[in-house]
Amino acid sequence: MKLLEIIDKLNLEVVTGKNYLDRSITHGYASDLLSDVIANAESNDIWVTLQGHPNIVAVASMKELGGIIIVNGRKPEKETIEKAEKERIPILLSSLPSFEIVGRLWDLGISGSPKDAKKI
Amino acid sequence: MNKERIGKIQELIYELSVKDLMKKKVISVPPDMSMYKLREVLRDNRISGVPVVDKGRIVGIISIEDFINWLSKKGNGSCIKDWMTKDVVTVYEDETLIQAISLFEQKGYGRFPVVERKEKKLVGILTKGVIIESLLHEIEVDYHEEEIRHYRASHFFEDIIADSVTIGLIYHVKGGDVFNGGTVASNVKMSLKRLGVKPDIYRRVSIAVYEAEMNLIFYTKGGEISIYIKPDSICINAQDNGPGIPDVKAALQPGFSTAPDWVRELGFGAGIGLNNIQRCSDKMIIDSMVGRGTILGITIYMDV
Repeated sequence: MKLLEIIDKLNLEVVTGKNYLDRSITHGYASDLLSDVIANAESNDIWVTLQGHPNIVAVASMKELGGIIIVNGRKPEKETIEKAEKERIPILLSSLPSFEIVGRLWDLGISGSPKDAKKI
Repeated sequence: MNKERIGKIQELIYELSVKDLMKKKVISVPPDMSMYKLREVLRDNRISGVPVVDKGRIVGIISIEDFINWLSKKGNGSCIKDWMTKDVVTVYEDETLIQAISLFEQKGYGRFPVVERKEKKLVGILTKGVIIESLLHEIEVDYHEEEIRHYRASHFFEDIIADSVTIGLIYHVKGGDVFNGGTVASNVKMSLKRLGVKPDIYRRVSIAVYEAEMNLIFYTKGGEISIYIKPDSICINAQDNGPGIPDVKAALQPGFSTAPDWVRELGFGAGIGLNNIQRCSDKMIIDSMVGRGTILGITIYMDV
Protein backbone atom coordinates (compact mmCIF):
# COMPACT_ATOMS: atom_id res chain seq x y z
CA MET A 1 0.00 0.00 0.00
CA LYS A 2 1.21 3.49 -0.79
CA LEU A 3 2.26 5.62 2.18
CA LEU A 4 -0.20 8.25 0.92
CA GLU A 5 -3.11 5.88 1.38
CA ILE A 6 -1.98 4.98 4.89
CA ILE A 7 -1.80 8.69 5.77
CA ASP A 8 -5.28 9.18 4.40
CA LYS A 9 -6.84 6.16 6.13
CA LEU A 10 -5.19 6.75 9.53
CA ASN A 11 -5.61 10.51 9.36
CA LEU A 12 -1.91 11.18 9.98
CA GLU A 13 -0.31 14.60 9.97
CA VAL A 14 2.60 14.85 7.55
CA VAL A 15 5.54 16.72 9.06
CA THR A 16 8.37 15.87 6.67
CA GLY A 17 9.02 14.09 3.39
CA LYS A 18 6.00 15.47 1.52
CA ASN A 19 7.63 14.54 -1.76
CA TYR A 20 8.39 10.97 -0.76
CA LEU A 21 4.95 9.65 0.07
CA ASP A 22 4.66 7.66 -3.11
CA ARG A 23 6.58 4.70 -1.69
CA SER A 24 4.95 1.34 -1.14
CA ILE A 25 4.76 -0.08 2.38
CA THR A 26 4.03 -3.73 3.11
CA HIS A 27 5.49 -4.29 6.56
CA GLY A 28 6.12 -2.42 9.78
CA TYR A 29 7.93 -2.43 13.10
CA ALA A 30 6.98 -0.91 16.44
CA SER A 31 9.54 -0.12 19.14
CA ASP A 32 10.87 2.78 21.17
CA LEU A 33 14.28 1.24 21.65
CA LEU A 34 16.60 2.39 18.92
CA SER A 35 19.01 -0.51 19.13
CA ASP A 36 16.07 -2.88 18.89
CA VAL A 37 14.92 -1.16 15.71
CA ILE A 38 18.44 -1.35 14.33
CA ALA A 39 18.57 -5.05 15.08
CA ASN A 40 15.10 -6.06 13.93
CA ALA A 41 13.43 -3.60 11.56
CA GLU A 42 13.75 -4.24 7.85
CA SER A 43 14.19 -1.83 4.98
CA ASN A 44 11.00 -0.12 3.74
CA ASP A 45 9.24 -0.86 7.05
CA ILE A 46 6.97 1.77 8.53
CA TRP A 47 8.23 2.43 12.06
CA VAL A 48 5.84 3.22 14.92
CA THR A 49 7.45 4.95 17.91
CA LEU A 50 6.92 7.65 20.49
CA GLN A 51 10.49 8.90 20.30
CA GLY A 52 10.86 12.26 18.60
CA HIS A 53 14.52 13.15 18.98
CA PRO A 54 16.92 13.48 16.02
CA ASN A 55 18.43 10.02 16.43
CA ILE A 56 15.29 8.38 15.05
CA VAL A 57 16.19 9.91 11.69
CA ALA A 58 19.69 8.43 11.81
CA VAL A 59 18.21 5.01 12.57
CA ALA A 60 15.54 5.29 9.86
CA SER A 61 18.09 6.43 7.32
CA MET A 62 20.59 3.71 8.20
CA LYS A 63 17.97 0.96 8.05
CA GLU A 64 16.40 2.56 4.95
CA LEU A 65 12.96 2.56 6.56
CA GLY A 66 9.89 3.71 4.64
CA GLY A 67 8.72 6.24 7.20
CA ILE A 68 8.18 7.03 10.88
CA ILE A 69 4.86 7.39 12.69
CA ILE A 70 5.24 9.26 15.99
CA VAL A 71 2.35 8.34 18.26
CA ASN A 72 0.48 9.66 21.28
CA GLY A 73 0.36 13.21 20.00
CA ARG A 74 4.08 13.70 20.56
CA LYS A 75 5.84 16.26 18.41
CA PRO A 76 9.30 15.74 16.92
CA GLU A 77 12.04 18.17 17.90
CA LYS A 78 13.07 20.92 15.48
CA GLU A 79 16.38 19.20 14.74
CA THR A 80 14.53 15.98 13.98
CA ILE A 81 12.46 17.73 11.34
CA GLU A 82 15.49 19.37 9.75
CA LYS A 83 17.39 16.11 9.63
CA ALA A 84 14.44 14.16 8.28
CA GLU A 85 13.96 16.62 5.42
CA LYS A 86 17.63 16.27 4.55
CA GLU A 87 17.55 12.49 4.72
CA ARG A 88 14.20 12.28 2.88
CA ILE A 89 12.49 10.41 5.68
CA PRO A 90 8.72 10.94 5.97
CA ILE A 91 7.66 11.70 9.56
CA LEU A 92 3.95 11.34 10.32
CA LEU A 93 2.08 12.17 13.50
CA SER A 94 -0.91 10.61 15.22
CA SER A 95 -2.72 11.38 18.45
CA LEU A 96 -3.39 7.64 18.92
CA PRO A 97 -1.12 5.38 21.02
CA SER A 98 1.10 2.69 19.46
CA PHE A 99 -1.32 -0.18 20.09
CA GLU A 100 -4.13 1.58 18.20
CA ILE A 101 -1.91 2.57 15.28
CA VAL A 102 -0.41 -0.89 14.87
CA GLY A 103 -3.88 -2.48 14.99
CA ARG A 104 -5.17 -0.14 12.35
CA LEU A 105 -2.10 -0.70 10.15
CA TRP A 106 -2.70 -4.43 10.40
CA ASP A 107 -6.32 -3.88 9.31
CA LEU A 108 -5.00 -2.12 6.21
CA GLY A 109 -2.86 -5.14 5.37
CA ILE A 110 0.45 -3.87 6.77
CA SER A 111 1.87 -6.78 8.75
CA GLY A 112 5.04 -7.41 10.69
CA SER A 113 8.00 -9.16 9.14
CA PRO A 114 7.10 -12.55 7.57
CA LYS A 115 10.05 -14.06 9.44
CA ASP A 116 8.47 -13.12 12.76
CA ALA A 117 5.08 -14.55 11.79
CA LYS A 118 6.74 -17.96 11.51
CA LYS A 119 7.95 -17.89 15.11
CA ILE A 120 4.64 -18.92 16.71
CA MET B 1 25.08 -13.39 -11.25
CA ASN B 2 22.12 -14.82 -13.09
CA LYS B 3 20.16 -15.15 -9.91
CA GLU B 4 20.82 -11.52 -9.04
CA ARG B 5 19.52 -10.33 -12.41
CA ILE B 6 16.23 -12.13 -12.00
CA GLY B 7 15.96 -10.62 -8.54
CA LYS B 8 16.55 -7.18 -9.99
CA ILE B 9 13.73 -7.57 -12.50
CA GLN B 10 11.34 -8.67 -9.79
CA GLU B 11 12.39 -5.71 -7.71
CA LEU B 12 11.74 -3.39 -10.66
CA ILE B 13 8.34 -4.90 -11.35
CA TYR B 14 7.26 -4.17 -7.80
CA GLU B 15 9.01 -0.81 -7.54
CA LEU B 16 8.22 0.88 -10.81
CA SER B 17 4.88 2.52 -11.33
CA VAL B 18 3.00 2.68 -14.58
CA LYS B 19 3.94 6.35 -14.77
CA ASP B 20 7.65 5.47 -14.92
CA LEU B 21 7.19 3.14 -17.86
CA MET B 22 4.30 4.36 -19.98
CA LYS B 23 4.77 6.04 -23.30
CA LYS B 24 3.81 9.64 -22.68
CA LYS B 25 3.42 10.69 -26.27
CA VAL B 26 0.10 9.09 -27.00
CA ILE B 27 -1.39 9.13 -30.44
CA SER B 28 -5.16 9.37 -30.20
CA VAL B 29 -8.03 9.88 -32.59
CA PRO B 30 -11.35 11.76 -32.25
CA PRO B 31 -14.61 9.72 -32.33
CA ASP B 32 -15.90 11.41 -35.46
CA MET B 33 -12.84 10.65 -37.58
CA SER B 34 -13.57 8.47 -40.59
CA MET B 35 -12.42 4.85 -40.76
CA TYR B 36 -10.50 5.69 -43.97
CA LYS B 37 -8.47 8.22 -42.06
CA LEU B 38 -7.85 5.70 -39.23
CA ARG B 39 -6.02 3.46 -41.67
CA GLU B 40 -3.54 6.26 -42.33
CA VAL B 41 -3.05 6.98 -38.64
CA LEU B 42 -2.30 3.34 -37.87
CA ARG B 43 -0.04 2.93 -40.89
CA ASP B 44 1.91 6.17 -40.49
CA ASN B 45 2.62 5.52 -36.81
CA ARG B 46 3.11 1.79 -37.23
CA ILE B 47 0.71 0.95 -34.46
CA SER B 48 -2.05 -1.63 -34.26
CA GLY B 49 -4.53 0.25 -32.11
CA VAL B 50 -5.24 3.71 -30.75
CA PRO B 51 -7.39 5.26 -28.00
CA VAL B 52 -10.36 7.37 -29.04
CA VAL B 53 -10.41 10.64 -27.13
CA ASP B 54 -13.10 13.29 -26.84
CA LYS B 55 -12.23 16.50 -24.91
CA GLY B 56 -9.36 14.81 -23.09
CA ARG B 57 -11.44 11.83 -21.94
CA ILE B 58 -11.21 8.34 -23.33
CA VAL B 59 -14.44 7.26 -24.98
CA GLY B 60 -13.20 4.12 -26.70
CA ILE B 61 -10.35 2.24 -28.26
CA ILE B 62 -10.01 1.11 -31.84
CA SER B 63 -7.64 -1.45 -33.34
CA ILE B 64 -6.73 -3.10 -36.64
CA GLU B 65 -9.17 -5.85 -35.74
CA ASP B 66 -12.06 -3.36 -35.69
CA PHE B 67 -10.81 -1.97 -38.96
CA ILE B 68 -10.89 -5.42 -40.59
CA ASN B 69 -14.39 -5.96 -39.24
CA TRP B 70 -15.48 -2.72 -40.84
CA LEU B 71 -13.90 -3.73 -44.16
CA SER B 72 -15.56 -7.14 -44.22
CA LYS B 73 -19.01 -6.04 -43.07
CA LYS B 74 -19.12 -2.70 -44.86
CA GLY B 75 -21.63 -1.49 -42.29
CA ASN B 76 -23.53 1.74 -42.38
CA GLY B 77 -21.44 4.03 -40.27
CA SER B 78 -17.99 4.94 -41.39
CA CYS B 79 -16.98 6.90 -38.31
CA ILE B 80 -14.64 5.54 -35.68
CA LYS B 81 -17.32 5.87 -32.99
CA ASP B 82 -19.49 3.30 -34.81
CA TRP B 83 -16.80 0.62 -34.68
CA MET B 84 -14.69 1.29 -31.62
CA THR B 85 -14.76 -0.77 -28.42
CA LYS B 86 -16.57 1.44 -25.92
CA ASP B 87 -15.82 -0.54 -22.80
CA VAL B 88 -12.19 0.49 -22.34
CA VAL B 89 -10.02 -1.03 -19.63
CA THR B 90 -7.61 1.61 -18.36
CA VAL B 91 -4.86 1.64 -15.77
CA TYR B 92 -4.02 4.42 -13.33
CA GLU B 93 -0.64 6.06 -13.62
CA ASP B 94 0.18 5.37 -9.96
CA GLU B 95 -0.42 1.63 -10.15
CA THR B 96 2.61 -0.61 -9.94
CA LEU B 97 3.96 -2.49 -12.91
CA ILE B 98 3.00 -5.82 -11.35
CA GLN B 99 -0.67 -4.74 -11.30
CA ALA B 100 -0.49 -3.77 -14.96
CA ILE B 101 1.21 -7.02 -15.96
CA SER B 102 -1.52 -9.07 -14.31
CA LEU B 103 -4.08 -7.04 -16.28
CA PHE B 104 -2.37 -8.02 -19.52
CA GLU B 105 -2.67 -11.64 -18.47
CA GLN B 106 -6.28 -11.35 -17.33
CA LYS B 107 -7.72 -9.40 -20.23
CA GLY B 108 -5.52 -10.45 -23.09
CA TYR B 109 -5.59 -6.97 -24.62
CA GLY B 110 -2.56 -5.58 -26.37
CA ARG B 111 -2.66 -2.08 -24.89
CA PHE B 112 -4.01 -0.17 -21.93
CA PRO B 113 -4.53 3.60 -21.95
CA VAL B 114 -3.12 5.20 -18.78
CA VAL B 115 -5.26 7.78 -16.98
CA GLU B 116 -4.59 9.94 -13.95
CA ARG B 117 -6.72 9.20 -10.92
CA LYS B 118 -8.42 12.56 -10.31
CA GLU B 119 -9.86 13.66 -13.62
CA LYS B 120 -9.42 10.40 -15.52
CA LYS B 121 -7.59 12.23 -18.30
CA LEU B 122 -5.44 10.27 -20.73
CA VAL B 123 -1.77 10.70 -19.86
CA GLY B 124 -0.04 7.77 -21.56
CA ILE B 125 -0.28 4.31 -23.01
CA LEU B 126 1.10 0.96 -21.90
CA THR B 127 1.82 -1.89 -24.31
CA LYS B 128 3.88 -5.02 -23.82
CA GLY B 129 6.49 -3.53 -26.15
CA VAL B 130 6.71 -0.38 -24.00
CA ILE B 131 7.14 -2.47 -20.85
CA ILE B 132 9.92 -4.58 -22.32
CA GLU B 133 11.69 -1.52 -23.68
CA SER B 134 11.54 0.36 -20.36
CA LEU B 135 12.59 -2.66 -18.31
CA LEU B 136 15.60 -3.20 -20.52
CA HIS B 137 16.44 0.47 -20.17
CA GLU B 138 16.18 0.36 -16.35
CA ILE B 139 18.38 -2.72 -16.21
CA GLU B 140 20.92 -1.13 -18.49
CA VAL B 141 21.08 2.00 -16.33
CA ASP B 142 21.51 -0.18 -13.28
CA TYR B 143 24.13 -2.31 -14.94
CA HIS B 144 25.97 0.78 -16.10
CA GLU B 145 26.05 2.19 -12.56
CA GLU B 146 27.26 -1.15 -11.29
CA GLU B 147 30.01 -1.17 -13.90
CA ILE B 148 31.13 2.35 -12.96
CA ARG B 149 31.12 1.45 -9.27
CA HIS B 150 33.06 -1.68 -9.96
CA TYR B 151 35.50 0.24 -12.13
CA ARG B 152 36.06 2.96 -9.54
CA ALA B 153 36.48 0.58 -6.67
CA SER B 154 38.71 -1.93 -8.36
CA HIS B 155 40.92 0.76 -9.90
CA PHE B 156 41.32 2.54 -6.64
CA PHE B 157 43.09 -0.51 -5.37
CA GLU B 158 44.83 -1.41 -8.64
CA ASP B 159 46.23 2.01 -9.51
CA ILE B 160 48.25 2.19 -6.34
CA ILE B 161 51.49 0.27 -6.50
CA ALA B 162 52.04 -1.69 -3.32
CA ASP B 163 52.01 -5.27 -2.18
CA SER B 164 48.76 -4.58 -0.43
CA VAL B 165 46.53 -1.49 -0.15
CA THR B 166 44.47 -0.34 2.82
CA ILE B 167 42.30 2.78 2.87
CA GLY B 168 41.90 4.41 6.26
CA LEU B 169 39.06 6.72 7.29
CA ILE B 170 39.26 8.54 10.61
CA TYR B 171 36.29 10.13 12.38
CA HIS B 172 36.22 12.09 15.65
CA VAL B 173 33.24 11.66 17.96
CA LYS B 174 32.37 14.25 20.61
CA GLY B 175 31.19 12.88 23.94
CA GLY B 176 27.61 13.90 24.81
CA ASP B 177 26.86 15.14 21.30
CA VAL B 178 23.59 13.22 21.03
CA PHE B 179 22.11 15.40 18.29
CA ASN B 180 24.81 14.38 15.86
CA GLY B 181 24.58 10.72 16.76
CA GLY B 182 24.66 8.62 13.62
CA THR B 183 26.59 11.11 11.52
CA VAL B 184 29.72 8.97 11.43
CA ALA B 185 27.74 5.83 10.56
CA SER B 186 25.98 7.65 7.76
CA ASN B 187 29.25 9.07 6.39
CA VAL B 188 30.92 5.67 6.53
CA LYS B 189 28.00 4.11 4.70
CA MET B 190 28.17 6.75 1.97
CA SER B 191 31.92 6.32 1.55
CA LEU B 192 31.73 2.53 1.35
CA LYS B 193 28.95 2.81 -1.22
CA ARG B 194 31.16 5.07 -3.32
CA LEU B 195 34.03 2.63 -3.03
CA GLY B 196 31.81 -0.06 -4.49
CA VAL B 197 31.39 -2.14 -1.35
CA LYS B 198 28.40 -4.51 -1.55
CA PRO B 199 25.14 -3.47 0.19
CA ASP B 200 25.17 -6.44 2.57
CA ILE B 201 28.64 -5.45 3.79
CA TYR B 202 28.13 -1.70 4.10
CA ARG B 203 24.89 -2.26 5.98
CA ARG B 204 26.65 -4.44 8.54
CA VAL B 205 29.51 -1.96 8.85
CA SER B 206 27.17 0.99 9.34
CA ILE B 207 25.19 -0.78 12.09
CA ALA B 208 28.42 -1.65 13.94
CA VAL B 209 29.73 1.89 13.53
CA TYR B 210 26.41 3.38 14.68
CA GLU B 211 26.37 1.41 17.93
CA ALA B 212 30.05 2.15 18.59
CA GLU B 213 29.45 5.82 17.84
CA MET B 214 26.51 6.03 20.25
CA ASN B 215 28.58 4.30 22.95
CA LEU B 216 31.30 6.95 22.57
CA ILE B 217 28.68 9.70 22.76
CA PHE B 218 26.82 8.37 25.80
CA TYR B 219 29.56 6.89 27.94
CA THR B 220 32.84 8.65 27.14
CA LYS B 221 34.24 12.15 26.75
CA GLY B 222 34.68 11.36 23.12
CA GLY B 223 36.92 9.28 20.96
CA GLU B 224 37.94 8.23 17.53
CA ILE B 225 36.48 5.76 15.06
CA SER B 226 38.79 4.50 12.34
CA ILE B 227 37.80 2.30 9.43
CA TYR B 228 40.41 0.34 7.49
CA ILE B 229 39.22 -0.94 4.15
CA LYS B 230 41.23 -3.76 2.62
CA PRO B 231 40.38 -5.69 -0.51
CA ASP B 232 39.15 -8.64 1.56
CA SER B 233 37.96 -7.12 4.83
CA ILE B 234 36.92 -4.01 6.73
CA CYS B 235 38.31 -3.35 10.21
CA ILE B 236 36.63 -0.87 12.53
CA ASN B 237 38.36 0.54 15.60
CA ALA B 238 36.59 2.62 18.21
CA GLN B 239 38.90 4.15 20.81
CA ASP B 240 38.36 6.40 23.79
CA ASN B 241 40.26 7.63 26.81
CA GLY B 242 37.94 6.52 29.52
CA PRO B 243 36.25 5.74 31.78
CA GLY B 244 36.72 2.12 30.69
CA ILE B 245 34.53 -0.93 31.27
CA PRO B 246 35.05 -2.62 34.69
CA ASP B 247 33.58 -5.98 33.63
CA VAL B 248 33.69 -6.61 29.89
CA LYS B 249 32.06 -10.04 30.22
CA ALA B 250 29.06 -8.53 32.00
CA ALA B 251 28.83 -5.72 29.46
CA LEU B 252 28.44 -8.30 26.72
CA GLN B 253 25.40 -9.89 28.39
CA PRO B 254 22.23 -8.95 26.52
CA GLY B 255 20.24 -6.51 28.64
CA PHE B 256 23.19 -5.43 30.80
CA SER B 257 23.33 -1.67 30.94
CA THR B 258 24.80 1.09 33.05
CA ALA B 259 22.92 3.78 31.15
CA PRO B 260 21.63 6.74 33.16
CA ASP B 261 17.96 7.70 32.92
CA TRP B 262 18.43 10.43 30.32
CA VAL B 263 20.00 7.90 27.93
CA ARG B 264 17.18 5.42 28.48
CA GLU B 265 14.55 8.09 27.88
CA LEU B 266 16.00 8.61 24.42
CA GLY B 267 15.38 4.95 23.65
CA PHE B 268 18.97 3.83 24.17
CA GLY B 269 20.72 1.99 26.95
CA ALA B 270 18.78 -1.25 26.74
CA GLY B 271 21.97 -3.27 26.81
CA ILE B 272 21.75 -4.58 23.24
CA GLY B 273 24.19 -2.27 21.47
CA LEU B 274 27.23 -4.51 21.84
CA ASN B 275 25.15 -7.54 20.88
CA ASN B 276 24.07 -5.75 17.74
CA ILE B 277 27.72 -5.15 16.91
CA GLN B 278 28.55 -8.78 17.59
CA ARG B 279 25.76 -9.90 15.29
CA CYS B 280 27.04 -7.91 12.32
CA SER B 281 30.72 -8.60 12.77
CA ASP B 282 32.85 -11.62 12.01
CA LYS B 283 35.24 -10.80 14.84
CA MET B 284 34.91 -8.47 17.80
CA ILE B 285 37.48 -7.71 20.46
CA ILE B 286 37.10 -5.40 23.46
CA ASP B 287 40.14 -4.29 25.37
CA SER B 288 39.37 -2.05 28.30
CA MET B 289 41.11 -0.68 31.34
CA VAL B 290 39.28 1.32 33.97
CA GLY B 291 40.58 4.87 34.04
CA ARG B 292 42.50 4.46 30.79
CA GLY B 293 39.97 3.73 28.13
CA THR B 294 38.50 1.18 25.78
CA ILE B 295 39.44 -0.15 22.37
CA LEU B 296 36.75 -1.91 20.41
CA GLY B 297 37.96 -3.81 17.35
CA ILE B 298 35.55 -5.18 14.76
CA THR B 299 36.33 -7.13 11.59
CA ILE B 300 33.90 -7.77 8.77
CA TYR B 301 35.04 -9.95 5.86
CA MET B 302 33.98 -9.21 2.33
CA ASP B 303 33.07 -12.50 0.80
CA VAL B 304 35.03 -12.32 -2.43
